[in-house]
Amino acid sequence: MTLREIVETLNATVYLGEERLNEEVTTAFASDLMSDVLTLKDTPMLITGLCNVQTIRTCDMATLDIVVFVRNKKPTADMVELAEDNDMVLIATSYSMFKTCGLLFDAGIQPLY
Amino acid sequence: MHQEYTVIEGDFTNAGTASSSVKKTLKQLGVAPQIVKRVVVALYEAEVNAIAHAYGGKVLVDIEADKIHMVVADKGPGIPDIAQAMQEGYSTARPEVRDMGFGAGMGLPNMKKNVDMLNVTSEVGVGTTVEMMVKFV
Ligand SMILES: Nc1ncnc2c1ncn2[C@@H]1O[C@H](COP(=O)(O)OP(=O)(O)OP(=O)(O)O)[C@@H](O)[C@H]1O
Ligand SMILES: [Mg+2]
Repeated sequence: MTLREIVETLNATVYLGEERLNEEVTTAFASDLMSDVLTLKDTPMLITGLCNVQTIRTCDMATLDIVVFVRNKKPTADMVELAEDNDMVLIATSYSMFKTCGLLFDAGIQPLY
Repeated sequence: MHQEYTVIEGDFTNAGTASSSVKKTLKQLGVAPQIVKRVVVALYEAEVNAIAHAYGGKVLVDIEADKIHMVVADKGPGIPDIAQAMQEGYSTARPEVRDMGFGAGMGLPNMKKNVDMLNVTSEVGVGTTVEMMVKFV
């Protein structure tokens, strides 16, 4: 599934990384717990309700570079700036975590574990 | 190459400054991405701990041809029982720390998984020192 299709499926807004929307995404991981994100061996797309600078820092350290914020959490200017330094993609949807995961799972995005 | 960073008390937004900078340096030096990830994840966990559980401190990094040596030394309450703190799931994190997405009691075990050497020393009422080493090959 391409990022563009993900954006359409989630009726989402792109905050950063418009130029990367043709990229394919195969796996995702959903968590609000950054402690958990730091234990991932792979680099899936992250779906999260935690929207602060620490989310971006954690992704930087864990080398995750695509983040979907759920339930109307909008990344701040600080977050976008930091994410820009790391060439990340930030998108936001009004859908809940459950709905977001359900729709993407249904569309073929694979779980990491 | 020797680098030093200051971890400022309570400054959560700056947690990760040292790890970010080390990440850039190691990338420039051409260290393998999987190894860079192990280094920066471990260092970030230690940086977050120095802010979440202590009153800030210092990060000392020494990069050699074949390894990196890192020390995160904080001023803080110390850890009374290090073996207990090393257990997965053990956490005394405050609500503010949990709101930041931390406090699952996974940090120290995760450091251990990612590094080739971990040494935690602590004195109650004084502070904690986390020493780590990762080999590049
Ligand atoms: N630098 C420190 N100073 C004082 N206590 C510490 C320090 N580092 C860790 N601890 C103690 O050890 C516990 C476990 O630390 P650990 O990093 O494993 O988990 P955590 O920080 O609570 O949660 P997580 O790392 O998953 O976000 C902490 O909750 C705290 O009680
Ligand atoms: Mg921790």
